[in-house]
Amino acid sequence: MSQTLISAAPGVIPTATRPVRRRRPARAVWRSIWTGAIVAVVLMIVVYPLIWLVLGSLKSQPEFLNNPTFSLPENWTNFDNYITAVTDGNLGTYARNSVLAVFPSLALTILFGVAAGFALEVMVWKGRSTTLLLFLAGIMVPGQMILLPLFTMYFEVGLTGSLWPLIITYTAIGLPLTVFMMATFFRGVPREIFEAATLDGASIYRMFFSLGLPLVRNAIFTVALVQFFFIWNDLLIALTFTNRDELRTIQVGLLNFRGQFGQVDYGPTFAAICLNVFATLAIYLFLNQRVMKGLTAGSVKG
Amino acid sequence: MRHVLGDRRAIALLLGPALLVYTLVMLVPVVWSLGYTFYEGNAITGFEPVGLDNFARLVEDPSVREALWFTVRFAVVLTVVQVVVGYLLALLYVFVLRRASGIVRTLVFFPVVLPTVAVALMFQQLFESAPRTGPVNALLEAVGIGGVDWFASGSTAFWVIIAMETWRSMGFYAVLLYAGLVDIPEETLESARLDGAAGPRLVRHIVLPLSLPVLLSSVIFSINGTLKVFDSVLALTNGGPGNQTTPLTLYMYQTSFTYGEYGFGSSIALLLTALCLMVTLFIFRSSRRDLTKA
Repeated sequence: MSQTLISAAPGVIPTATRPVRRRRPARAVWRSIWTGAIVAVVLMIVVYPLIWLVLGSLKSQPEFLNNPTFSLPENWTNFDNYITAVTDGNLGTYARNSVLAVFPSLALTILFGVAAGFALEVMVWKGRSTTLLLFLAGIMVPGQMILLPLFTMYFEVGLTGSLWPLIITYTAIGLPLTVFMMATFFRGVPREIFEAATLDGASIYRMFFSLGLPLVRNAIFTVALVQFFFIWNDLLIALTFTNRDELRTIQVGLLNFRGQFGQVDYGPTFAAICLNVFATLAIYLFLNQRVMKGLTAGSVKG
Repeated sequence: MRHVLGDRRAIALLLGPALLVYTLVMLVPVVWSLGYTFYEGNAITGFEPVGLDNFARLVEDPSVREALWFTVRFAVVLTVVQVVVGYLLALLYVFVLRRASGIVRTLVFFPVVLPTVAVALMFQQLFESAPRTGPVNALLEAVGIGGVDWFASGSTAFWVIIAMETWRSMGFYAVLLYAGLVDIPEETLESARLDGAAGPRLVRHIVLPLSLPVLLSSVIFSINGTLKVFDSVLALTNGGPGNQTTPLTLYMYQTSFTYGEYGFGSSIALLLTALCLMVTLFIFRSSRRDLTKA
């Protein structure tokens, strides 16, 4: 850049630089065409299936079977499929169960996890690193390893047939990652802040509620978001502990959707998938940067 | 100061609930599950001791061998595919799109948060061959290759699962690797460019060696996650046709809940845990620094 400026400055324009100048824009144009094409293909692969899904949810059964695959819906305001999915498909009940299981366990995981993270990272005592490792070990335990004893336990205690097994299990399974992430965030807070508060005479509870919590407020929100997606999208636990149709969460309900209508009832199936997708889409639309940051930070979970 | 920050009652109060729930619902069941491996039966019929029979069966049962082979094959293939695709996307973000990559990054990441069941049902429809032709087969027919009945054989179904998981996770690995690529100092790249390295050569000799640590942790995270694959397979193929796409997780589930064999189910779960444990130990040894950064 500076070179062209210098050569152009004295008023004598050397002809030799002309072809160079002309080639550069041409190369830039080619480059941006290539870039545009690659990006278009990538976005097509990611976005097209979702658009196709929405289009499909507006089609009627004959349209599915008789029209070409790539045809557009004949009636753009045909929401019958959605109505069928929610009423006949019981999707409303399933969504309610999901909400009833996910939010209490999310609240408990966060509450317990933040307190534990504070006790493990800010407070000083013997054995805290061992305890942290104990929690960490839980990250790699596959759900299958605890499923059968839990099933027996809930059966013996008589919790089977309610949403409690889900709430309890989700709380416990979320803890390792929450404790691990919260401990990491508390580690990032300068110790001097807590030491100064001690000198000022703050009690440990005061320190937790008025110092610790506000300091990691953003982190708590991120962890909650990450846990929300893990719990909301869970299938294994929900499938094991929901033994009756009216207890099913939205994921289990959706899994059995095809069984109920048979493989062929396309419209309601598409509508049900759409409704399930929209819930996460709505959250992602507003909080995508935070979701991306949080989920990649939680990648240890695999 | 020690007095306040080392207050035993406060520690018990803050740590207690988490430790209690964690111990009761995770640690105790893990030990309990180990105990089950010496018994056979289930919660409803009761248990009887069988000694080491479950382990003998673990070695002999051809289904276990098939499931183990599927699990390992799936983990290796998917790890390679999703990390390579993620790396290519990350290179695209960092070196081609640069500042403008934000919107693409956000869009490509979106499938990561979608419920697996929903994605699996969607892919079933995408790859459908009868009675209705799905978009993938329609596209193949339009090009003149002809449609494929994707779910009729284990080998094609395997690739549909790989395709689906890649679609779901490529944005995730792209962002993970993007963070590593952005950390490469601009001066290093600039001096390499002055020395005449550009395009593939720059990537091959400068970028790749410098992003090796983050690449390695992505590979290990990916293996650890893919070994536990369950919901995508269950929702997409349910292990079929036959048991050709059944991973250990699904086989354990079927053994336990379809046949009510908790003892053998626990043994399979133990095998799976041992597999994950080996990989996880490897994580801690090779990338401790990245983990604590989180």
